[in-house]
Amino acid sequence: MVSKDYSNVISKIDAVAEKIYEDFQNTEIPYLQLPTRTKSNIKFDEKFNVWKYGKNTTERTAKSLDGAYMLLRTMYMADFIKEMIKIKKSSTLREMYYISEGWDLAKFHSQQESNLLAEDLEVITSCMREDFKLRPEEDGARVMGNLTIEEMTRNNTKKKIHCQDDVGDAGYSIPYNVEPEKITFKSVDADFIIAIETGGMFDRLAENGFDTTHRAILVHLKGQPARSTRRFIKRLNEETNIPVLVFTDCDPWSFRIFASVAYGAIKTAHISEYLATPASQYLGVTPSDIENYDLPTDSLTKEDINALKSELTDPRFQDSYWKGEIKLQLKIGKKSEQQALAKYGLDYVTDTYLPEKLAEMGIIKK
Amino acid sequence: MNTFIITFSITAPGCKILPTKEGYILAKVTAYDLAKKQKEISVAEFFERNKHILGFGNQTRALITSVKEGVDNGLDACEEANILPDIYVEIKNREDGECKLIIEDNGPGVVKKQIPHIFGRLLYGSRFHAIRQSRGQQGIGISAVVLYGQLTTGKHAKITSKVEEDRPAVVTELAIDTNKNRAEVIARDTVHWAKPTGTRVEVSIIADYKRGKRFVYDYLQSTSIVNPHAQITYKEPDGAKHIFERTSEALPRKPAEIKPHPYGIELGTLIKLAKHTKSRKLSTFLKTEFSSMGDRTTNTAIDKANLEKNLDPKIMTREQFLALHKAFKKVKIMAPSTDCLSPIGETLIKRSLKYETQEISPEFIITSSRPPSVYSGNPFQVEVGLVYGGNLPREGAVRVMRFANRVPLLYQQGGCVTTSAISSIDWRRYGLDQTSGKGIPTGPAIFLTHISSTLIPYTSESKEAIADIPEIENEVKLAFRECARKVQHHIHKKVRRVKTREKFDLITRILPEIAKKSAYMLDKPVPSLDAVITKIMDVVWIEDLIEYVKVSRKPVQTTLIEESSQDHEGGTITKSKIMIVNYKCTPQKFNLYAVIPEDAIVGTAYPKPSKIANNYIKWNIGTIHPANKIDVNFELAGLEKGDFDENDLYIENINPAYVIGADKWEGD
Ligand SMILES: Nc1ncnc2c1ncn2[C@@H]1O[C@H](COP(=O)(O)OP(=O)(O)O)[C@@H](O)[C@H]1O
Repeated sequence: MVSKDYSNVISKIDAVAEKIYEDFQNTEIPYLQLPTRTKSNIKFDEKFNVWKYGKNTTERTAKSLDGAYMLLRTMYMADFIKEMIKIKKSSTLREMYYISEGWDLAKFHSQQESNLLAEDLEVITSCMREDFKLRPEEDGARVMGNLTIEEMTRNNTKKKIHCQDDVGDAGYSIPYNVEPEKITFKSVDADFIIAIETGGMFDRLAENGFDTTHRAILVHLKGQPARSTRRFIKRLNEETNIPVLVFTDCDPWSFRIFASVAYGAIKTAHISEYLATPASQYLGVTPSDIENYDLPTDSLTKEDINALKSELTDPRFQDSYWKGEIKLQLKIGKKSEQQALAKYGLDYVTDTYLPEKLAEMGIIKK
Repeated sequence: MNTFIITFSITAPGCKILPTKEGYILAKVTAYDLAKKQKEISVAEFFERNKHILGFGNQTRALITSVKEGVDNGLDACEEANILPDIYVEIKNREDGECKLIIEDNGPGVVKKQIPHIFGRLLYGSRFHAIRQSRGQQGIGISAVVLYGQLTTGKHAKITSKVEEDRPAVVTELAIDTNKNRAEVIARDTVHWAKPTGTRVEVSIIADYKRGKRFVYDYLQSTSIVNPHAQITYKEPDGAKHIFERTSEALPRKPAEIKPHPYGIELGTLIKLAKHTKSRKLSTFLKTEFSSMGDRTTNTAIDKANLEKNLDPKIMTREQFLALHKAFKKVKIMAPSTDCLSPIGETLIKRSLKYETQEISPEFIITSSRPPSVYSGNPFQVEVGLVYGGNLPREGAVRVMRFANRVPLLYQQGGCVTTSAISSIDWRRYGLDQTSGKGIPTGPAIFLTHISSTLIPYTSESKEAIADIPEIENEVKLAFRECARKVQHHIHKKVRRVKTREKFDLITRILPEIAKKSAYMLDKPVPSLDAVITKIMDVVWIEDLIEYVKVSRKPVQTTLIEESSQDHEGGTITKSKIMIVNYKCTPQKFNLYAVIPEDAIVGTAYPKPSKIANNYIKWNIGTIHPANKIDVNFELAGLEKGDFDENDLYIENINPAYVIGADKWEGD
């Protein structure tokens, strides 16, 4: 593998410094402009079929103390990234947070703050975190199925991994970098990808051999999926044309997991076209399933109800399917988990529920 | 004659009977005794009947009243003799409830001949009590304590007095012959006393020390607050010693004596004055014995009363006096001059409060003085103070400390005009809690009110509450409103200071860093910031600082005013440093005012002020160009460290919105 060319990234970072420098020279109060990163400012992008930031912008200006701090931190972070590129290193977001301890006035007060600023910088430069040599700490999610991946290892050799034969029960672990210079899909023989929220359910499907019996590729989402997991699904779907199905618990937070896979997350709407898989479909558990399968439930909490209500105004959930399901859930006031299907036995999910749902969705024949 | 007739309650000034329950009792009892029973009573009997209104109603009150009478006399005597008071109070109590009270002062002393009269005769005093601001008002004071002691313990009082530095002190042991209202000198002796001059009173009384203890302490502490020139030492029975330090070396201005004003005179006093006047004509009588009576007013009053100018005042009938008394009210008479009063002053009140509340470490202390005013011909003046925050309890009603002529009022808060004035202000607007915007507010605060007057209109003889006089209530309200406004101003300023500090941080620390980093990343020279700083700030920035410098000798060279700074042997100089930076993009020119305490003396001031008034300094600040600064400095003498702890700056001839650190000047 030829090492990636970062000159483009460097010039984009320098452009930020230049903007500020020129403001000083033009006797303007320095500022940076970036899209407002809130729910109210995401718009559907017809070209990519994903939700991206709209036209509203936020200004980070040195006029206010907070704004000035932001600019100073942005400059420090930009300089730090340049430095990493130069010395060919990368760091985790957490490491950067600790490194900022030495940045004097520019030091961060929480990692949340530094994570957000890293995202801001992505938005401003239209680069990706990977370009900045920043990676998340969370380890990648797991994959199992009839699929061969070629991965560039640490010592720069390519290694083919078959995601059933070459892996243990835990499956193939998705690395933080899933770009073509790191992994390529060599051979895929499956009918659909099923993205699963909980580890327990992933293991159930793996143990029951669902990947073999139903020619499925199982991907574990691990809750709100990491960028690399979403990017992985996106690439797999685009390059192989296999449909993607999202299988989660039945509560508002799980619906958001689906939204981030299918439409793009609000926080990363600037790179939705890289991360979101517009073709993915929600399999369940749906509020209707709670009624149809008579699943064990818990009552919705106050937070659940507020989250559902907020989703009713979320532009990503404005189709009739989601409106109907969300309203239904608010009406019944209940939520349920994937693993509640075990009520009918350990094999019920693989023998009955999934086949029924997949058939209903036209993915497999009855 | 072996009986004593009580007449003072109707005629003596200072004994105005107001229609309160207690006040009426005194008048009624007296009238009853005199008119109906036609019988004269002994002072003992008189005392017995009236002890509740004389402040000896119970054993707790008796203790405090006794301390109070002694201390008030000591303070009065010292001030009269121009001596900084050093008062010593000691209480020794016995199991059986008997307390020995020792009160000592460093005043001028009392001449031997006078001792029996002053300490052993009730209501001894000059026939006409001088009309001036004083603590005691009718001479019932200390002898009542001696009498109370004798009646309750059977013991004699011991008075030690020294009137001249190189002569021994005289010790007199006294008893009161209650039938004759005369002192009996039991024993007399001379002793050596280290004090140059002074008086020491020892009396044994039956008192409830346990309960009275706290009040005695409160009374002495409060007294010390309004008498910053006095040092008070208090020794408790268990030997514990409290020293209330002197915080001011300056004696208060001596209150001037004034003549009565026709608006405030009682009919009885008018008659008495006429009987004793040297004037042979009514017109001269009015002009010489009263204040504010010129030819015109005198003639109008006499006309209105249908009297003759040449009438001999000594032979006027009761009806004629009544007509004259009525006529006074119908004539427009100039208010009496008010410069006879001796208020404490804002700086001294603040300093005292600061000293006494040290342990509370309050957030701020703010005081406010009203100009003198007049009610029914009597001059009076209101001063208030407010202590806020620190360790003061957040819950519970605000503590109100009331004072009249530098004497603390400890009882009957509810019936006092100052209370109703405070209660009628909506304190919620000023950040204190108050149910439905009425009543004494709750919160971490202490309020102080001091009323000085030639005649404090007490609700009763026990002198604990001030009567509901609309003029006084109004002045108290105005004073507190002003105080509250200053509080708001102070808080506002503090908040703004934090905000402006942030801006200052921004331009002095963060912005240069941003510039440096961007230059570093691009490998270019660091850009100039001036223009951007000006744009970000877009104000005229005023910063200030106060320092105190101890000086050993001549405190200050008073180059700007002629008057020298008295003969202070050293002291503190308060230095105020003001920096003005023009962060606007156009040149600025304006006037700057620094408000200063009236009792401060302005020393060096730079640049040269265009005016120094008694309560402010004014500068015409010349053109300051963008990104330029000028320094303004001034020095104040005659203040203690901390008296002036916050600059109060104002600007004129510039849009106030352009300026941070000073407000719009609203005129003197
Ligand atoms: N400690 C003292 N030192 C000097 N003079 C005193 C002292 N105590 C009392 N006197 C004199 O005696 C007078 C009468 O005092 P007192 O009977 O207590 O009445 P009042 O203080 O109300 O006038 C005072 O006005 C003062 O002239």
